Amino acid sequence: MLETGHVVAEYQAPTIEDMHLPDLFHIGSFGFGKQMLLMLLAVAVVAVFFMAAGRRRSMVPGKMQFAGEMGYGFVRNSLAKDIIGVHHFKPFVPLLFASFFFILVNNLWGSIPFLQLPTFSHAGSAYFMAGFAYLCWIAAGIKNKGLGGFLKAMTMPSGVPPAFYVILIPIEFLSNLIIRPITHSLRLFATMFAGHMAIMVAASLTAFLIQEVGGFGIVASLFSGVFGIFLFFLELLIQAIQAYVFTLLFAVYLQGAVAEAH
Amino acid sequence: MSLLMAAEEGASPLRPDWWEVLITGLGFLILLYIVVKFIAPTFEKIYQDRKEAIEGGLAKAEKAQAEAAAAREEYNQQLESARLEAQKIREDARAEGEQIVAEHKERAATEAARITENAQKTIQAERSAALVSLRTEVGTLATELASKIVGESLNDDERSNRVVDRFLADLESSQQRSAGATK
Repeated sequence: MLETGHVVAEYQAPTIEDMHLPDLFHIGSFGFGKQMLLMLLAVAVVAVFFMAAGRRRSMVPGKMQFAGEMGYGFVRNSLAKDIIGVHHFKPFVPLLFASFFFILVNNLWGSIPFLQLPTFSHAGSAYFMAGFAYLCWIAAGIKNKGLGGFLKAMTMPSGVPPAFYVILIPIEFLSNLIIRPITHSLRLFATMFAGHMAIMVAASLTAFLIQEVGGFGIVASLFSGVFGIFLFFLELLIQAIQAYVFTLLFAVYLQGAVAEAH
Repeated sequence: MSLLMAAEEGASPLRPDWWEVLITGLGFLILLYIVVKFIAPTFEKIYQDRKEAIEGGLAKAEKAQAEAAAAREEYNQQLESARLEAQKIREDARAEGEQIVAEHKERAATEAARITENAQKTIQAERSAALVSLRTEVGTLATELASKIVGESLNDDERSNRVVDRFLADLESSQQRSAGATK
């Protein structure tokens, strides 16, 4: 490695501790940290923006109302309506809308200078979102089909010879009711975590090469710097896509819970 | 490296901080409440209002179009009836004119006939008068002439009248015969 040769200080890769900065204040065992602050800030941003955008309710929208309508219409029509179907989608729109914009803003914190922490890189938040979604679609399924009907829909795919159910029921049960919420949460958490870590590595390596190595290291830092910028834009894309994917899967699960059996 | 080490030390990134779970949950539920209570109804209402406005506008336009079509229809009908009326008036006028002309013709014909008849009557009367006066005069002249020729007075009026009448009747019949022959 470049820096191990002649070195003043050895390069320290960033660790998870760097993603968990010291708490801002403590109340007993409760420590209020940056991640929580950003989480609540996201709530405020989404709520205030859409309340302000919809405030005037004008027939011919201004720029802000237009943006608000675009955002709401996107979740309502291309996520809720298209996936869940025109008959059932209405009650789920607020759920999907809140999920999408909550996660989107929280993810984008990772790309905003000085804030720079995608809050779902902390696993607990992703667990909550996926867990909440899990409870929602199970509740919707049971309400719609009854407990037996819901379990049948989840574990017994139609159009399969009865003999296969011996194998299929355990597999479907495992995949739909156990693994599904885990992957739902880990997908969000892992992409945010990995992306944030990759950018931290690129950034800290660039800083290290310039400050500690010097000389040839400054030339090398160009590569890590450019790579870091590339990663930044890649992350921006992934942050938006993951918010979309989480909500899309939420909608798909809800659709599976409310759809009539074929 | 250090990541793995950290994981071994128990600071696994997968292990949740329960306070963070709680704050996330609270935050999300607050947001969800706001969305359900305010944001979703607002935007649904905007959609609904706009949809109604557009549909209302379309309905209004359709109504206006229907009204325009009705007005045009009425106008056309009026035009048609006016045209028919004009034609009728023209025909009436022509008929009336024809009638007037015919009346005048008839009156003229009647007048002509009357004049002709009067003339005929006058002619007849004058002829009769001439005939009478001629008869008297011719009678007197002939008598005088005869008395002069005969040399004797034929003062017996009754006889002379008879002679004259016979003479005239002969004259008349010979005249009629000659007239028939010339015809």
